[in-house]
Amino acid sequence: MNQPLAGTEPLIDVHAHFFHADAGRSDWAEVNAARLRAGERIGITYHVASVLGSYGFSSPTYFPSPGDVGTGNDAMLEIAARERERVRMYVTVNPNYSGHAIGEIERCADRGAIGVKLLASRRADDSVLDPIAELAGARGLPLLHHIWQHRRREWPSQEISDGADLARLAVRHPGTTFILAHIGGGGDYAHTFAAVADVPNILADLSGSGVDRGMLDEALATLGPRRLLWACDITMETGLAKLRALEVIGLGAEVLADIRWRNATRIFAEGAFPKARTAQPALQPSLR
Amino acid sequence: MRVLEREKLAGAWVGHLPSAFYRDPTAGNTELLALLDPHRDVLHPVPVVRPDWPGWEKELRRARDASAPAIRVYPPQWGLAPHDVPMRELAIAAGELGMALVLTVRFEDMRQRHPMDVSGDLSAAAIRALARAGEEVRLVISAAGREMIEEVHWGLTPAEQSRVFWDISWIWGPPEDHLAKLFRTIGAHRFVFGTQWPLRLTQNPRANLDLLPDDLRGARLADVRDVCSAASHVVR
Repeated sequence: MNQPLAGTEPLIDVHAHFFHADAGRSDWAEVNAARLRAGERIGITYHVASVLGSYGFSSPTYFPSPGDVGTGNDAMLEIAARERERVRMYVTVNPNYSGHAIGEIERCADRGAIGVKLLASRRADDSVLDPIAELAGARGLPLLHHIWQHRRREWPSQEISDGADLARLAVRHPGTTFILAHIGGGGDYAHTFAAVADVPNILADLSGSGVDRGMLDEALATLGPRRLLWACDITMETGLAKLRALEVIGLGAEVLADIRWRNATRIFAEGAFPKARTAQPALQPSLR
Repeated sequence: MRVLEREKLAGAWVGHLPSAFYRDPTAGNTELLALLDPHRDVLHPVPVVRPDWPGWEKELRRARDASAPAIRVYPPQWGLAPHDVPMRELAIAAGELGMALVLTVRFEDMRQRHPMDVSGDLSAAAIRALARAGEEVRLVISAAGREMIEEVHWGLTPAEQSRVFWDISWIWGPPEDHLAKLFRTIGAHRFVFGTQWPLRLTQNPRANLDLLPDDLRGARLADVRDVCSAASHVVR
């Protein structure tokens, strides 16, 4: 087998998605297979993934019904069990159904989910999210939150949040680790960096189809390499391109390792990534 | 030059980004030609010609005399409708000189645009109208996505399709595999290598090609020298 395009060092994609038979598209299995195929070629050691309900088929992607949330999580549990060598799971919840959300987190974490995924069903700083953030912190589950970098107005089909919204939630829950989704996912990333720079329990993932020149440099300068997590979301070629760009920037091997996988091993539960073990520095309370 | 060498690119068609927003792009073209002059063996100028500005014919001839393989046009930024008559005349005139038109669908994601940037994306209708303008017309479309490409391609006759080339700077790879699907349905020969640097990372299009499924690993993009006769002199 050829050498992976991104080398043989561990590599953890902290923002991935899979589909299932009830997701309203006939090619769902092909898309899942394509993610694993591309992951092998890149050299991804672990995909940390979620299923977003029915992806709009029977309820909106960003406002999934409780039924679709459960169906999607069941599908994700099955994928994570089948692909246990390379797939880990976020449990997806809709915070508007608080009791159901808490139940799903408990149910899926008991079966191996290592994080919580929140979409855009409720603005991030709304108190409705507090029980979820509290439980995530108590169980050591990092919370990945869908983010639009600098929301300037409402947008159809989602109740979008930005870095400032997430920062208000994170300040209320200093014992919970938050992952701010896809700094390349659209919007003004410079606003995001300013909004979360002083909130240490927020890390940013690098995913998104945006590959603006300068985005990585600003992320490194503002947040530092210990608060960045490599990820792909739905464009894996941009993930590979960002890895290559990080090398061009001239980061040292240790810093690259932080972004590629070591930061992920610091924030997720111990033992979540057995193929990415290393001697770990003491965990910062704010990052667990 | 440093980026080209690092990325092992033999050359580049280079535009002057501020000129997209100039009322009269003449000064921008002068600056572009001066900047590229020491590197003309690898950096090929693509000046802007604005068909709603008096004297555009002279600017087109200047581009031809500078051995430009193509000219850039920005209909959305200039407020020109998809079926604008002067734009059509410019496309025909450039084609008669063997030069292509480079059109940009978008500079950046819609969600990150400044509130004062209201011009919107280039429309598929505008591309179709230019592709139908005449047999000599050649178009290179930058920063299009799968939906735009398919809407244009399958809305043209085979002869019209042959006048349109797409750069791969903003087409999604796996897991959706838009690039692979387009190669299978439309053919890799309709696509050219493009980075949109510095607006997007130079590493992105090569990463996309590297991640093609096995059955497409040998796919070959169009030879940029075959896009139009004015491009025949540029390095591969």
